Amino acid sequence: MTQAPLLTYVTFLPFLGVIPTLFVSQKSEAGRSLIRWISLITSIIVFIVSLRIYNGFDGNIADFQLVELKSWIPSFGISYHMGVDGISFWLILLTTFLTPITILSTWTAIEKRVKEFYISMLVLETAMLGTFCALDIFLFYVFWEIMLIPMYFIIGVWGGERRIYAAIKFFLFTAVGSLLMLVCIIGLVYFHKEATGVLTFNLTELYGTTLPHIYEILFFASFALAFAIKVPMWPVHTWLPDAHVEAPTAGSVILAGILLKMGTYGFVRFAMPLFPDGSAFFTPLIITLSVIGIIYGALVAMVQPDVKKLVAYSSVSHLGYCMLGLYVLNQQGVEGSIYQMLNHGISTGALFLLVGIVYERRHTRLISEYGGIAKIMPVYATIFFIVTLSSIGLPTTNGFIGEFLILLGAFKANKLAAVLAASGVILGAIYMLWMVQRVFYGEVTNPKNLNLKDVSCREVVYMLPLVVCIFWMGLFPNFFMEKMHVSVDKFISQVSKNNNYHNLPKCQIHHASLIQSEHK
Amino acid sequence: MENMLFLIPLLPLLGCLLNGMLGSRLGKSFVSYVGCATVGGAFLIAAFSALEIFSREPSDRLLLQTLWSWMAVGSFKVDLALMIDQLSCVMILVVTGVGFLIHIYSLGYMHEDKSYWRYFSYLNMFVFFMTMLVLGANYLVMFVGWEGVGLASYLLIGFWYQGNKNADAGKKAFVVNRIGDFGFVLGMFLIFLTFGSLSYLDLFPTVFHLYSTGNVGIDSPVMIAICLLLFLGATGKSAQIPLYVWLPDAMAGPTPVSALIHAATMVTAGVYMVARTNILYTLAPTALAVVAVVAALTALFAATMGILQNDIKRVLAYSTVSQLGYMFIGVGVTAYWAGIFHLMTHAFFKACLFLCSGSVIHAMGGEQDMRKMGGLSSKMPITYATMLIATIAIAGIPPFAGFFSKDEILWKAFTFPYYPMLGKVVWFMGAVGAGITAFYMFRLIFMTFHGKFRGTHEQEHHLHESPPSMIVPLMLLAALSFTGGWLGIPHVIGEQLGHVPNLLEHFLEPVFKNSHEIISATTGAHHHPVALEWALMGLSITIAVGGIIGAFYVYMLKYPSLPTRLAETYALHYRIIYNKYYIDEIYHAMVIMPIYYLSRMLWKVIDAFVIDGIGINGQAWLVQRGSRIFGLLHNGYVQTYGAFMVLGLVCILWYFLQVK
Repeated sequence: MTQAPLLTYVTFLPFLGVIPTLFVSQKSEAGRSLIRWISLITSIIVFIVSLRIYNGFDGNIADFQLVELKSWIPSFGISYHMGVDGISFWLILLTTFLTPITILSTWTAIEKRVKEFYISMLVLETAMLGTFCALDIFLFYVFWEIMLIPMYFIIGVWGGERRIYAAIKFFLFTAVGSLLMLVCIIGLVYFHKEATGVLTFNLTELYGTTLPHIYEILFFASFALAFAIKVPMWPVHTWLPDAHVEAPTAGSVILAGILLKMGTYGFVRFAMPLFPDGSAFFTPLIITLSVIGIIYGALVAMVQPDVKKLVAYSSVSHLGYCMLGLYVLNQQGVEGSIYQMLNHGISTGALFLLVGIVYERRHTRLISEYGGIAKIMPVYATIFFIVTLSSIGLPTTNGFIGEFLILLGAFKANKLAAVLAASGVILGAIYMLWMVQRVFYGEVTNPKNLNLKDVSCREVVYMLPLVVCIFWMGLFPNFFMEKMHVSVDKFISQVSKNNNYHNLPKCQIHHASLIQSEHK
Repeated sequence: MENMLFLIPLLPLLGCLLNGMLGSRLGKSFVSYVGCATVGGAFLIAAFSALEIFSREPSDRLLLQTLWSWMAVGSFKVDLALMIDQLSCVMILVVTGVGFLIHIYSLGYMHEDKSYWRYFSYLNMFVFFMTMLVLGANYLVMFVGWEGVGLASYLLIGFWYQGNKNADAGKKAFVVNRIGDFGFVLGMFLIFLTFGSLSYLDLFPTVFHLYSTGNVGIDSPVMIAICLLLFLGATGKSAQIPLYVWLPDAMAGPTPVSALIHAATMVTAGVYMVARTNILYTLAPTALAVVAVVAALTALFAATMGILQNDIKRVLAYSTVSQLGYMFIGVGVTAYWAGIFHLMTHAFFKACLFLCSGSVIHAMGGEQDMRKMGGLSSKMPITYATMLIATIAIAGIPPFAGFFSKDEILWKAFTFPYYPMLGKVVWFMGAVGAGITAFYMFRLIFMTFHGKFRGTHEQEHHLHESPPSMIVPLMLLAALSFTGGWLGIPHVIGEQLGHVPNLLEHFLEPVFKNSHEIISATTGAHHHPVALEWALMGLSITIAVGGIIGAFYVYMLKYPSLPTRLAETYALHYRIIYNKYYIDEIYHAMVIMPIYYLSRMLWKVIDAFVIDGIGINGQAWLVQRGSRIFGLLHNGYVQTYGAFMVLGLVCILWYFLQVK
């Protein structure tokens, strides 16, 4: 391991940015602005450094790359083990990409406790990156829990009216899941030691541990619960609308853009490959819940009076697609699912940023307060509409690629689920376009909206990269997927061994018997 | 030429981006040049490609350009590829040609609009997606165009978005189309799963090969499912029962948009798609029967709705739904080329009709109610003449274009090889619909252009013929409505005229060759007496003339006394038809409201009450209550603590005494 520990740099660079801010006074405007600039520049540097992962990453290798392995607590077999594969790779880039955008969006929105806010943001970034990089299950758990703290403060301190309720709800929901997970992590390590005599929390060694069947199912269930809450899957999703509505814009963006992906990522990296049998056992249930989530989220989103709640419920629907894609366990489904995670990060992140832009001007998110905005803020309306198209999955935007691949994969494995899930695409168009109509079209009915200013230069600067990404990912998905193929392949073979549910016959042209004549 | 194909969609796309980003600053003449030149350029390239196609041997008539590999995931590989064969050659010429004329027309029609630049940006965007739809070399690229034209249509229907009705109409169009697209996507999945490819050049030969080796038979369930799913997509985009409801409302958009998108090009995409998929449909006669029946019902049903509409554009809208029905009858009875033929002639005469109605509306200062028009022929002679030509064409009077294409479809329906009896029924419905068409179209002519002017004095003062940019496209389209049918002169007439060939059928033959082979292998060769064809032809002309005479009698000689009397005598029937059989209201009550209330119930009951109320906050409440009860133990009074100590001691003592 002679090369520089790139992942460590990327993970802990944001944390370094915290140190100078500690010495700046936030009493004066100049000091506050300095803090903002320090955090922005730090996060941009992190993004630039993280791009080097792209150079160092070889899309033809299925194993973890850029691996760093140091002993940390040897007596318990705990190590500092970092690495990326084709799945975590893009999620890391998504994190480093969204963070500077989010920080730039808070320039004027955050006025109180500026220093604490940006420290929270930077610590949060470190925790998120650590979660995606960690290959030691204990290390993962540490980052996973650290992540909660800054997010709790972001909602609880800078949030809206019911911020305390929302923050506690968010914290308790997540903590319940993760405590159960901790017990099962220890259980897993115990069984691994029983079988091999080696005490280790190293993920790559824990893969393939054979457990008694009942424990496999139990452990999977508690891992799955922890992650399902994070995703969030129906019916443990109710913390999300509250958290989103109360969180400040930046909190919502990070929450929707990255934190939710921790749930799906947890399934991919831990729950499914560690407990393939347990995963197989619950597959019908999870597919059912995903499909319910897709339709339920879309239906409930339709009747929301609050834009942020609408977007939050749309997340329940979109993440339902991600889970469905993972659980059909074929190349199209899984890659579509990972793609959809990135898409959701970009387009839902963008939607929350856009809602934040008008919220800053009008201090309301109620759809009924708006109407006819297209005429007053034409540039804003255009950007909003493009993001809407991405969210409803119009071809040539990123959303289409993800949804299409997931549905294709699902159709291979489970036609009924695919058909039901595909109906969510219709509902998606309804709730988004209805909202767009009520906010942007018609006459301006509310005189308060007459003097709204269109987007400022700064706002364009942070929206533009997202818009570019929407089309880039929609037109050239291969650029992104090239890096995923072999890792996804490996993931599928890890999970689907001994797994009868997934070993459905491959329907190909050779199976012409399928289409044999009935009466000829 | 092959490497230039990408320019056909790219030019309008550039126009869309330039006008969209710079149009508001650079002024109207810039927008006009960019908007029209890009589409004109696309037409020129399409024309050159067509020349290249014509110059080649019939077996070699294919231009293919692969731009880049779009998606490659596991066994699923799709390229962003464009191609021109005989079928897309006809389509692309119609799309860019008619599209160009309508762009020119829009220069005059939209001149006063404040959002001129936005209009041209959207219109260019439409042409971009439409050319993608037509040129795509696989179903996925077709789907890009398919959804993209839906987007352009949404934006243009809601172009005057300040009116909530317009925005409603746009949303309705998009959502109803999405329902169709749902079927299209599932159809694509099933195709890929069954045959392993979405690319036309792989798929169709494979299917034919499987058929000729006996691996695929006629009417296999998978094939029927594929065809019906794709047809669901077509009913959305091409406004057939049950998804036609968006098209009449789509008239909220500017009239040139109605002409281009909602008459000439976009709405015919479904017909193109079925014709493109001909080999699969041929292998699924049951699906074909469904297509033919739905199409015949739509043709007849929509025609009756056209009779009583008073809004000039709505008459044309229902007429379009009805004419699309005829096209689907054509492809449904395996006369694929005839469907495309009618698609082409319809593009000419219906674009002409819509643009003429636009010219009228322009002159009337935005008035669309025919009851307030009348006697315009003297004030607008060119509009009148061109509209009359197009009306005769749609009514099916030879030698105008509509006669040839519609009659070919009806004849092919009468001789439907798979289901001869069903074919006769479809023919009958089509023939009746044709009579009604002639009736309501001439009703439109008589109410608008003849009789006395019934509008306000001010309107009468302002009546004028439209500017040249609007008139010239009208004249060109009228000329095409007159001559367009000669490309497909039926055999029986061609022989009488001295071996005039059926150019279009001959040109398109290679695309449908395999289908024809399958049909003749399945049902055997059919020979129909020439006299029968002549007789049916005579019959349909008679029906058309009958319709015209009826309209003349009711709306010319006895107007307005007879229509009013009829409306009073048959009040119930009149109300039902006038209100379009209350279909919109039924959909609203049966589909939209239940979904809305279900959603509110899910939110308020399941989310807020069950999960959060009982599940989450209920637990919190339990914990709070529980801790309050246990909290009573720690009330801070020494007496209580002492009492508990004594109680505890007693318990322990009692326990030990018992054990002993």
